[in-house]
Amino acid sequence: MATKLPKVPVVIAGMGWSGGIIAAELTKAGIKVVGLERGKGRSTADYYMAHDELRYAQRNEMMQDLSKETITFRHNTKERSLPMRTYGSFLLGDGLGGSGSHWNGQTYRFLPYDFEIKSKTIERYGAKKIPEGMTLQDWGITYDELEPYFDKFEKMAGIAGDQEQNPMVGKRSNPFPLPPMKKTPIMKMFEEAAKKLGYHPYTIPSANLTDIYKNPDGIERAACQYCAFCERFGCEYGAKADPVVTVIPVAQNTGNLEVRTYSNVTRIIHDGKKASGVVYVNTLTGEEFEQPADVVILASYVFNNVRILLNSKLGKPYDPVAGTGVIGRNYAYQVQAGKAIGFYDDKEFNTFMGAGALGTIFDDFNGDNFDHSDLNFLHGGGIRVAQTGARPIASNSVPKGTKSWGKEFKSTSIKYANSVITVSTQGANLPYKHHFLDLDPVYKDAYGMPLLRITYDFEDQDRELTKFLAEKAGEVLKEMGPSKMQVSGELGPYDITPYQSTHNTGGVVMGTDPSISAVNRYSQMWDAENVFVVGASSFTHNSGYNPTGTVGALSYLAAEGILKYLQKGGSLV
Amino acid sequence: MPEKDSKQPVDNSRRNFLKNSGFALGGLIVGGVIGGSLTGQKEATTKEAEKVVEKPVDYNKALMFFNQEQFQTTEAAVECIFPQDEHGPGAKELGVAYYIDHQLASPWGINAKDYMQGPFYKGSATQGMQSPLRRAEIFTIGLQGLNTYSQQKYNKKFAELSEAEHEEVLTVFEEGKEFQLTGTTTKEFFKMLRSLTLEGVYADPMYGGNKDMQGWKMRKYPGNQMGYAKDIEKEEFMTIEPKSLHDHMGH
Repeated sequence: MATKLPKVPVVIAGMGWSGGIIAAELTKAGIKVVGLERGKGRSTADYYMAHDELRYAQRNEMMQDLSKETITFRHNTKERSLPMRTYGSFLLGDGLGGSGSHWNGQTYRFLPYDFEIKSKTIERYGAKKIPEGMTLQDWGITYDELEPYFDKFEKMAGIAGDQEQNPMVGKRSNPFPLPPMKKTPIMKMFEEAAKKLGYHPYTIPSANLTDIYKNPDGIERAACQYCAFCERFGCEYGAKADPVVTVIPVAQNTGNLEVRTYSNVTRIIHDGKKASGVVYVNTLTGEEFEQPADVVILASYVFNNVRILLNSKLGKPYDPVAGTGVIGRNYAYQVQAGKAIGFYDDKEFNTFMGAGALGTIFDDFNGDNFDHSDLNFLHGGGIRVAQTGARPIASNSVPKGTKSWGKEFKSTSIKYANSVITVSTQGANLPYKHHFLDLDPVYKDAYGMPLLRITYDFEDQDRELTKFLAEKAGEVLKEMGPSKMQVSGELGPYDITPYQSTHNTGGVVMGTDPSISAVNRYSQMWDAENVFVVGASSFTHNSGYNPTGTVGALSYLAAEGILKYLQKGGSLV
Repeated sequence: MPEKDSKQPVDNSRRNFLKNSGFALGGLIVGGVIGGSLTGQKEATTKEAEKVVEKPVDYNKALMFFNQEQFQTTEAAVECIFPQDEHGPGAKELGVAYYIDHQLASPWGINAKDYMQGPFYKGSATQGMQSPLRRAEIFTIGLQGLNTYSQQKYNKKFAELSEAEHEEVLTVFEEGKEFQLTGTTTKEFFKMLRSLTLEGVYADPMYGGNKDMQGWKMRKYPGNQMGYAKDIEKEEFMTIEPKSLHDHMGH
């Protein structure tokens, strides 16, 4: 039997970006909050030995322990779903700060087109342009309505970017709070090449501080050292914006936040209309607790937000045959296969230096910034050069046709160790009726709860997009004058084994119509007014960008909604 | 010593470093942990140089997992994957077989953080590894396979074969057609052998390979420096004396 604890106003499951932002906003307003984090606590003191490629990048030190919980995967409903036994395609964050501790810091805003994707697509191309089975839907909010919340997130995190407005992205009310990252030689080469081809490159907006910065909450942090250990690593300088060095200490300083680590929320207690609290397991003792609360906030990663709802039997589960129900709907990912690699015989670059959000990008082929009339895909992607630090275990590119081991491999991989430039693409991924999340009927986690099951594959849309973006990347790279180059524009079936991206989205999507969305613009559940489900789980599709900026904006909007709800109650829309 | 830059905590005293990179807010200190390692770097470098001259015993060079034959087979196999050449030492001299031994004895070797609950079914390749075997078991089976195949084909153990024969055997294992293993495949084993070899060549020397950072030196990789803020914009290539995690200790 679960031990019943005294009731609190607000309980949050998950202390990453969403949970941290909401905790900060509520506690500043005087609300008492309990934050349940299933992983361990963290501070920058943990990163004394962080410059260790093997431990962090290869052995995934900061990630969820899959022996306790993973997901299962199948390409379609005819295939048997099998557990992801070891890491590959994406990396699940764990512990205080969640994915916000191991991210790179590339911080974009989704495009105005994204938020009204269905209406704008029909408006420009007609309804027939949307292929059969693609469940495109508007987000129920516009870019202009969300703009002030992007601004708020960027000021809190100290985002660094070009001070002039880029013509390819949504209009900004304020410039970035900090000037852009420093420009490296390969960024300059890319910028020149892209400009020569008539595109509009800009410096990747970065959550790696470019100067000492004091944010509106009074948090002061040091500048990025370009140490090249960012993605998959924690930042020992606190220069990378991370909930642990920004919003969580703000919330803790108010005296109104109690963080309980090693506390794994397994379900929400509810009567079908409202929640009365959550049940969680202390993962150290196995003891079960019931935490009653007036408001329940799910702010875990995409998969766990969906899993907790399904295991709690809260909200109507998605039925892929009928296309009805909402929990598990519109799972989407990221299309990253298109790229161009250049090898330079007589040039060496300091690519072993870097930062997580160091690079240059252009969006001329992202969103609907270009005419799709004669193209057989929708949306697009960013095309970029990033210098995140070429670490030696993972960076051994050799030209096609080179043997992958032995004498030839050794000398060729060493020859090009500092002489490779990759122009990569990050394509949007649009939802389909048959891409969804539900509970696995066979496999369970360490606490006996069913694992979440992903049913997903790449579609022709993704293959056409990959080919198109790869060609464009190749054209830019060619201008950058490599001695040899190769373009990869092929996309096979979705493969869960090689790392691709930790940008998983959907499953508890937002909107204005409760028959196709689970939450409203404030991330408030249609089926339970005192439950808020926050994070990339509310994306109706995934754009050609890293998702954190948009997650941050939606979290600030949700926090505002929760404060209103605590005063008035009822549906916020 | 690096030049002074008021914004970047590169060569200041520990106190200044903490002031610049960490901060105090309401009694909370965030950042600045590695500060201590910045002081006395010059002294440390001198001490390291002296140690090399003294040739201390390397107590790390012993076996946690392999028996002698497994160790010799591994040494021969990794040397074939990453051989000695004009660039510098091969995997054998770099200590890669010790590295692999230590890894197979580690939690990683027994898949401690992987989902190993049944039932086990064979899936499509794109659904990932679905074997109940642990990595240490797969590697052991693979090593045994190298010897069995070598005996069949050349009437010798793998470690006794010539360089050309090593290549022939590993090519057969990589292709995965000619020879079968029980519970795993030669292809799976080869993939593990190749990635473990690269890890052993390039992981921090603390793990037993990359002897004296020679793996890094061959490709002009400077290991783990504190940062490159003042060099990141430079056009010319920078060759920097590498540092290992050991350099961060003891301050």
